[in-house]
Amino acid sequence: MEARELTLRYGTKTAISKISLAILERQVTALIGPSGCGKSTFLRTLNRMNDLIPGTNHTGTILLDSMDIYDRSVDVVDLRRRVGMVFQKSNPFPKSIFENVAYGLRVGGMKDKNELNTRVEKSLRGAALWDEVKDRLNESALGLSGGQQQRLCIARAMAVEPEVLLMDEPASALDPIATAKIEELIHELKAQYTIAIVTHNMQQAARVSDRTAFFYMGELVECGPTEQIFTNPREKRTEDYVTGKFG
Amino acid sequence: MTHASRRAVGLALTSLTGLAAFLMVAMLALILLDVIANGASHVTWTFLSQPPSDGMMGGGIFPAIIGTAALTLLMTLAVMPVGVLTAVYLHEYAPPNSRFARWVRVAVVNLAGVPSIVFGLFGLGFFILFVGKGMDRMLGHEELYWAQPGILWASLTLAVLTLPVVIVSTEEALRAVPMDHRTASLALGATQSQTLARVVLPGALPGILTGAVLAISRGAGEVAPILFTGAAYFLPDLPSRLNSQFMHLGYHTYVLATQSPDVEATRPLLYATVLVLLLLTFALNLVAVIIRTRTRRKAAGAH
Amino acid sequence: MDRQAVMQQGLAETIPVPRLSPEARRRQLREKAIAGFITLMAFTGIAALVLILVFVAKEALALFTEAEARHEASLSKMFLPQVVRQNRPPAFVWQPVSGVPKVSMIPLFIGTLKTTAVSMLVAVPVGVFGALYAAEFAPRRLRELLKPVIELLAGIPSVVLGFFALMVMATFLQDTLGLNTRLNAVVAGLGLALAIVPVIFTVAEDSLTAVPRSYREASLALGATPWETAWKVVLPAAAPGILAACVLGFGRAIGETMIILMASGNAAIVSANLGDSVRSLSATIAAEMGEVVVGSTHYSLLFFIGVQLFLFTFVLNMLASTWTKRVVKKLTGSAS
Ligand SMILES: Nc1ncnc2c1ncn2[C@@H]1O[C@H](COP(=O)(O)OP(=O)(O)O)[C@@H](O)[C@H]1O
Ligand SMILES: [Mg+2]
Repeated sequence: MEARELTLRYGTKTAISKISLAILERQVTALIGPSGCGKSTFLRTLNRMNDLIPGTNHTGTILLDSMDIYDRSVDVVDLRRRVGMVFQKSNPFPKSIFENVAYGLRVGGMKDKNELNTRVEKSLRGAALWDEVKDRLNESALGLSGGQQQRLCIARAMAVEPEVLLMDEPASALDPIATAKIEELIHELKAQYTIAIVTHNMQQAARVSDRTAFFYMGELVECGPTEQIFTNPREKRTEDYVTGKFG
Repeated sequence: MTHASRRAVGLALTSLTGLAAFLMVAMLALILLDVIANGASHVTWTFLSQPPSDGMMGGGIFPAIIGTAALTLLMTLAVMPVGVLTAVYLHEYAPPNSRFARWVRVAVVNLAGVPSIVFGLFGLGFFILFVGKGMDRMLGHEELYWAQPGILWASLTLAVLTLPVVIVSTEEALRAVPMDHRTASLALGATQSQTLARVVLPGALPGILTGAVLAISRGAGEVAPILFTGAAYFLPDLPSRLNSQFMHLGYHTYVLATQSPDVEATRPLLYATVLVLLLLTFALNLVAVIIRTRTRRKAAGAH
Repeated sequence: MDRQAVMQQGLAETIPVPRLSPEARRRQLREKAIAGFITLMAFTGIAALVLILVFVAKEALALFTEAEARHEASLSKMFLPQVVRQNRPPAFVWQPVSGVPKVSMIPLFIGTLKTTAVSMLVAVPVGVFGALYAAEFAPRRLRELLKPVIELLAGIPSVVLGFFALMVMATFLQDTLGLNTRLNAVVAGLGLALAIVPVIFTVAEDSLTAVPRSYREASLALGATPWETAWKVVLPAAAPGILAACVLGFGRAIGETMIILMASGNAAIVSANLGDSVRSLSATIAAEMGEVVVGSTHYSLLFFIGVQLFLFTFVLNMLASTWTKRVVKKLTGSAS
């Protein structure tokens, strides 16, 4: 998946300008940068969640399998099933654990009970949550701990088997142990998924990602292998940021 | 002003406002006590299960209870879908700064202020004389069938009257559903209508029920709109068709209180009727208040 | 980097863009249909308001179009004094069912005004002071009790309030005030007050609690006592909202029917005495519509009264909502 010359404005305020960035297949791309630099905006554009915010407009293109996702021939519902999203604040529905994970499948038209069971179990296993919740699938998801809720949201997003998974600071509200679990999970997921993750935590970016993109004031300053960004950045601003001189 | 006089004025003002608040509570208590004291002993099973007899000087109020229930049931069936969907439009579908939505809001606010007797005129002029007459002509009824007062027209009139109640409570309920739930649903590839049906409306259900209960309680007590649209003075038969006239607790109260040949003789019946009507509306209101405070507390706890 | 991007772009453009899949198209159509249906439903509120005016006015129209009705009930006969009996000064009389129908609306206006005035005189101080108490002085527990209680009071059907005014208040007031008639403007007005106090209380309380806490804190910090703060800071800040509350109560009082029908005595007397029986606009419709011949002049007159009630309350409502908006704007505008 790839953005080209992507500019997005909220009304007249430009949030990101002329971003060209590829999210490579089966790799984890980390988006880093100081708060307010447009990381979330960029991420939301990738599955057109920005459509929901009134007054946004964009120029440039975003390609998924060489298809412009803003083209009239692309249905936004289909797109979001292919490009899933996990939010900063875990947001499970006030439904049972099972129903949360099955939600995307049900709205996609899956009715067969066995198939649903299989897919829910697979996703929960995939999100390393199965063992913790298998005995209480019918209890409310709101009874889970914060970390479990976030993993449930990941499982919920995975259940529809998207090709790309977007994560916006998925661990920022969690304690270190829950964070470690999520990071471990991301590591395993990249075998199957293309992942873009926003994080404000440099160590986290270094630990989980293959490639890192540094955003600054709505622009993409630099993008490259994580190794290189952290040890040998080309740009001075990147170096200042990753070494903690500002941010 | 000296310190002492400032304190004295303050005390006087505070007690004056307290007195005003007390007065309101006291009036409510007075009404309740009076109605209970004079009515309670006459609310018996016979009273509840028998039609009036002896030229309204005896018997019970069974047809009025059934009539009120049937009337409000029909009203609820009519008002809920329209009211809920209007609120859904205003809160979920209307584009931001939509002029149409603004017009709808203005209309709803003004609808809430239209006097109930004007709704009665409207029911007569529109439903009976226009829609009913048109139906009779189209369906080839020789005699008046739809173009006469009946329970359907009365309930539709009440539905228009209670529309603002339902819209306002539903919109409040929709506002209480966290935005996050909508985003999560859409991000999973649900369409807007699926999000509405599976996430938003279930989340708003308690508030929507509150609206329904409030509308029912309002509708059950209104008399002016049904005076010329279907309420019957005395009718031992229960309403069996949509164009039947019906007895009604509120209208029965009015009739007993103002048109009785012997006030003293009907007094116990009157009090008992009022007690039943009050219990009904209070029970409904209480249910609404309980659901609402509970959901408000829950909403407050969730943030 | 740039060249590579251009190359890729060139490649992408050679791939033919597929059409929207039939399934997606069906889904989009369904969503459009649902959205259209919901929008249509939202139209009901507007339609209802317009239809009310149109159909109530339609039945009143004969007064202005038909020669006989125009003669029997011309505007001057409705609103100017008429010579009712020879050798008597012209007067206002409402007597639509008689050999020569007398159709002056003035007695009905006076009846409505008298009952409304009595009710406002009582309900405004009680409602506003009660709201002030609830918003400013009441301990929290008491306030949380007070609001549901007022909601219950608001939930009492007006026919029950009318019954209470008729059965209990009328006798009590006649005994204490020594009035000639049992049913009169005072009884009806006090019964009416029971109906509009909750309206005034609720709206006033809402606008009082909308006053930001910072206002109060600033005033208290300057050494003002709580009542001075309430009186000189909070009340003025919420003034438009309180005015709106009173206007809403006023509108409700003008239109209220059952209480007045039951407790006012229903005699269309022109007098300044509050102890006389009165007949209001709304009660006239309620009392006379049952016996009237559809299509007659009298029938049209009753609908014409309905049009007037509709217009009065409409104007009052618009005023009230403008003022409530103003208080919200003022408070949020200056508080941020
Ligand atoms: N819904 C919105 N409306 C208007 N401006 C927004 C909105 N969301 C974000 N912005 C603005 O866009 C810029 C980028 O925000 P965001 O993408 O959230 O940054 P980040 O995620 O990197 O912290 C910020 O200046 C922010 O104020
Ligand atoms: Mg962000």
